[in-house]
Amino acid sequence: MEIQVNGQRREFPDGTTVEGVLEALGTAARGVAVAVDGVVVRRGEWPEAVVRKGASVDILTAVQGG
Amino acid sequence: MDGDHLVIGEHKLSSRLIIGTGGAANLAVVERALVASGTELTTVAMRKADADGGSGVLELLRRLGIRLLPNTAGCRTAAEAVLTARLAREALETDLIKLEVHADDRTLLPDPFETLEAAEQLTADGFTVLAYTNDDPVLALRLEEAGCAAVMPLGAPIGTGLGIRNPHNIELIVSRAGVPVILDAGIGTASDATLAMELGCDAVLLSTAVTRAADPERMASAMRAAVTAGRLAASAGRIPQRFWAHASSPPR
Repeated sequence: MEIQVNGQRREFPDGTTVEGVLEALGTAARGVAVAVDGVVVRRGEWPEAVVRKGASVDILTAVQGG
Repeated sequence: MDGDHLVIGEHKLSSRLIIGTGGAANLAVVERALVASGTELTTVAMRKADADGGSGVLELLRRLGIRLLPNTAGCRTAAEAVLTARLAREALETDLIKLEVHADDRTLLPDPFETLEAAEQLTADGFTVLAYTNDDPVLALRLEEAGCAAVMPLGAPIGTGLGIRNPHNIELIVSRAGVPVILDAGIGTASDATLAMELGCDAVLLSTAVTRAADPERMASAMRAAVTAGRLAASAGRIPQRFWAHASSPPR
């Protein structure tokens, strides 16, 4: 299935969880947060939160900024 | 001044200088400037994570023992700012948020309506909100009434280095505020930071005045001394200004 990760279309197996998306991308788990379709998914919910087809997943972290 | 603390919500700080990490050439420059500034609270922005997980600024701030103040820079609406704040809280495990909602890219001035709307939602959601605002005494009071833990009026637009364009408005904000007032944006050099403190501000937040200075570490030292000087002067009781000279030596 196709989902949008940080604005880019990517392929994932059906039933992929938020944790699965992060692992597949190799994103460090510490210091990041995830929103699916504009709603924050808490860290503790990542292993169970299944991402549906066509969803928009945003993964954010802190960078230098004023 | 020993025992003189800045208290924002539940957070207590010895330094009254808050530094932004934006605008620096690299992290080594940021590190030297932060150490020289003596800051205990430093802003970061929230952006999409690369595969490698970020810019390294988090590791640096943790190593230096400096608390994080995530911002909502780049947000144009209350809804965007609220989501960014919630993501920052989740990623960084802090209830502190520097709320900023910009009206347009050319001025980067805060949008008062969106800022107030976001402030109401975030305080209701348990955040400790530091609100970036215009130098508008009425809006500053409204933000305080909305539950903000600090109000942060601008001296001049972000990155301009124009100093404090309306000192009287800053004094008006300070005179009625029941929460800390932090002068944010517009600082160009040390005397601007001193003036902010002399006007009664509780702290100063600045970024590019240090990070884009020719020698960021030296300017960070200057800002540290400037904030301390202004704080001392504000509480020392300055002499009244006079039109005519007033001899300081005894008459002959």
